Amino acid sequence: MGKVLLEMRQIDKVFPGVRALSKVDFTLREGEIHSLMGENGAGKSTLVKVLTGVYPRDGGTVTMEGKEIFPRTPKEAQECGISTVYQEVNLCANLTVAENIFIGREPRKYGFIDWKTINHRAAELLHTLNVDIDVTKTLDHYSVAIQQMIAIARSIDVSAKILILDEPTSSLDEEETQRLFKIVRKLKDQGMGIIFISHFLEQIYDLCDRITILRNGELVGAYDVATLPKLDLIAKMVGKDVSAVRDMEVAAEKSQPSDEVFLSAEHIGATGQIFDVDLKIHKGEVLGFAGLLGSGRTETAELLFGVHPISQGEIKINGKKLDLKDPMTAMEQKIAFCPEDRKVAGIIGDLSVRENIILAMQAKDGILKHIPYKEQVKIADDCIKLLSIKVSSREQLIKNLSGGNQQKVIIARWLATQPELLILDEPTRGIDVGTKTEIQKMAVALAKKRGMSVIFISSEMDEMVRTCTKLIVMRDRRKVAELENDEISSENVMKAIAGGAA
Amino acid sequence: MKHYLNQLVASQYFSFVVTVLLFVILYAAGIMTYKGFMRPQVFLNLFIDNAALIIVTVGITFTLLIGGIDLSVGAVLALCCMVLAYLLEFTTVPVGLAILIILLMGIGFGALQGYIITKFDLQPFIITLAGMFFCRGLTAVISRDTISITNPFYVELASTRIQLGVGFISVGAVIALLTLLIAAIVLGYTKFGRTVFAIGGNESSASLMGLPVFRTKVMVYTISGFCSALAGVAYSLIMLTGYNLHGLGMEMDAIASSVIGGTLLTGGVGFIPGTLFGVLIQGVILTFITFQGTLSAWWTKIVVGALLCVFIVMQAFITEHKSKLSSKSSMESASK
Ligand SMILES: Nc1ncnc2c1ncn2[C@@H]1O[C@H](COP(=O)(O)OP(=O)(O)OP(=O)(O)O)[C@@H](O)[C@H]1O
Ligand SMILES: [Mg+2]
Repeated sequence: MGKVLLEMRQIDKVFPGVRALSKVDFTLREGEIHSLMGENGAGKSTLVKVLTGVYPRDGGTVTMEGKEIFPRTPKEAQECGISTVYQEVNLCANLTVAENIFIGREPRKYGFIDWKTINHRAAELLHTLNVDIDVTKTLDHYSVAIQQMIAIARSIDVSAKILILDEPTSSLDEEETQRLFKIVRKLKDQGMGIIFISHFLEQIYDLCDRITILRNGELVGAYDVATLPKLDLIAKMVGKDVSAVRDMEVAAEKSQPSDEVFLSAEHIGATGQIFDVDLKIHKGEVLGFAGLLGSGRTETAELLFGVHPISQGEIKINGKKLDLKDPMTAMEQKIAFCPEDRKVAGIIGDLSVRENIILAMQAKDGILKHIPYKEQVKIADDCIKLLSIKVSSREQLIKNLSGGNQQKVIIARWLATQPELLILDEPTRGIDVGTKTEIQKMAVALAKKRGMSVIFISSEMDEMVRTCTKLIVMRDRRKVAELENDEISSENVMKAIAGGAA
Repeated sequence: MKHYLNQLVASQYFSFVVTVLLFVILYAAGIMTYKGFMRPQVFLNLFIDNAALIIVTVGITFTLLIGGIDLSVGAVLALCCMVLAYLLEFTTVPVGLAILIILLMGIGFGALQGYIITKFDLQPFIITLAGMFFCRGLTAVISRDTISITNPFYVELASTRIQLGVGFISVGAVIALLTLLIAAIVLGYTKFGRTVFAIGGNESSASLMGLPVFRTKVMVYTISGFCSALAGVAYSLIMLTGYNLHGLGMEMDAIASSVIGGTLLTGGVGFIPGTLFGVLIQGVILTFITFQGTLSAWWTKIVVGALLCVFIVMQAFITEHKSKLSSKSSMESASK
């Protein structure tokens, strides 16, 4: 085992109304990849932020290589040798990609910033991550996934002793993740200590050496990955015993779609984005869009929500042909769309949780119609309970929620509109294991009990297999297969994606 | 072609290109209407007459870039003119020292405003508004009446003409050009300058990236204070007086110039050469009116007001267009 690099002892942090951390211990060694695990709102990001001086700590000590340190700002933490990618993308959209990577430590020539070297080195650095983009364009030209890669590039380029990655993979695809892992392993071999946070259990087991588990701001314990089976890990995270977790894992019985068709799309497409997709969605059906990232799943969903106009084919809702020219029209038809990029789109930080939940309803009803306060409270409370959103009160500002809980609020917002078709695009990314199964069950329950149609998009195959009654497999922006009932299995999906018709 | 146009609209320099084009068109129209416009000296006069405004605009651009604002610039300028006139007329302080004193005053006052705004996280609008009242008031306390500057050396300095072959410029204009040059270099090529942009783009990101946000913000207001004082020197070189109502409403002219020059009021986007052209456009319009002879100078304000509206709308349009483009390009990159 390597030398102890970082020791945090008895860390306390209190926010108004929440005890985010109480007496938490954490030890990181050289050449170790250490995962912080816990449910949404357990205090993982807070621990990271206390360590890096974003928040002052209310108690406890931090020692690095035997010396006590007191970073008061991220800058001071960097000077101590701690490099961090925070959970929220922390870059500036108005600066170029290259500058985002180098700002604060720009190479200089004759005292002035050497732009040529910056651009050159940024391109090189991103190339090692297999991202080949124009680094002289401003950041807002690129997708969240690429922005995430850029943030990672920034953090690994500094010669740090400790690297912290707070949910770096939540918007990356499989391949990008593997590339990141390769680099992280290399840094580990160089003796760096790495803190890695993620809600993907496979990634934790694939990459990490040790796990520290937090629950409600308290330390549950630190364990070697090798000696901690998955079920035990989950049990410790949620604070139940293993048998209860096993019960939780049992998938709910799938819904029985009715024969009534809610929406049918015939040969729809949009130039350059989607080619010729056919689909029917029945009432009470959970329809899954499977496929790799970029296969056109999101774009197809966007066509059904009127984000882009269709250039061919036609969409019928309840048997009537309709022109979905914008999202407003789709909302009038009781379609709701919970987008994938919740990191950028969606939350309005300075509004309360209740107000954020009411937002889409309000938009649908028009701004003049007042929703009585009592009703708002009821809707908000229902959603908070249904999705087990961790808040100190429904009036808490949403920007003070943990990342995962913010996402749940966005899902709640669309649920509150009482749609007949709910489109969930990657609803479980960045959400803890316990709630993941809750969301899957919720999708099934909505279909079963309320007869709602649900479109479920996810990159996690077993999640799709568990929840969907029908799967549409996409590849290269086309529909390549449709799987129903017993045909639904990971192998069949893989086969379809690989090209052999299922 | 369409692609190229899209690129241009999305680029940071689109606003700048439009501003320069507008200036050229206005100037060409001037040449066609009045023969006098042809003389190079008319062009150089733009710099002489607007030296103070250029310097103030540079200062205010720094504050706009971090998403702040500084309303005190005109009042600080007036106060500096007044103190300078007072020192030169009623004391034996030499010219160099008097200038040094007012520059330090500007720096000190700017730093104080910046510290208060940053430390207590207050609205820059309110604090600098208070600063504006304070400075105006103080100016009036020093003297209600105009104080003329008769110091021979200063008067000499004011009438110095720096020959450029085709014409001449004043000392004030030279100061203005130097300020522009230094500001452009500072913003484009120093850590401090880039931090200014980062803060304007996203302050919390800037802080999470480990940039010195606090220090930089205070520095920005300090620079604005310094520029106001320096503009005070340029202004007094033209007016040769200290007067309570000097530079009245100048903050608004400066903000207008900066915005017309491509600075976004939301912060993070701006370009010093654009700022210069923002001022020059106002100057050309005024020159027009002078040549015309009968129109009121207030027409400048009317035209500038209209221009400002057009530019703000254009910026909103660009921002929207850009976000559309970027969502498209992210899709394209995803499809690869
Ligand atoms: N700035 C803040 N003000 C008030 N409360 C906060 C603030 N930041 C976090 N909290 C609260 O502290 C608790 C821990 O949040 P934290 O962000 O550390 O969770 P997390 O473990 O990172 O969760 P996730 O997996 O969702 O990212 C939450 O209850 C959250 O509401
Ligand atoms: Mg978090």
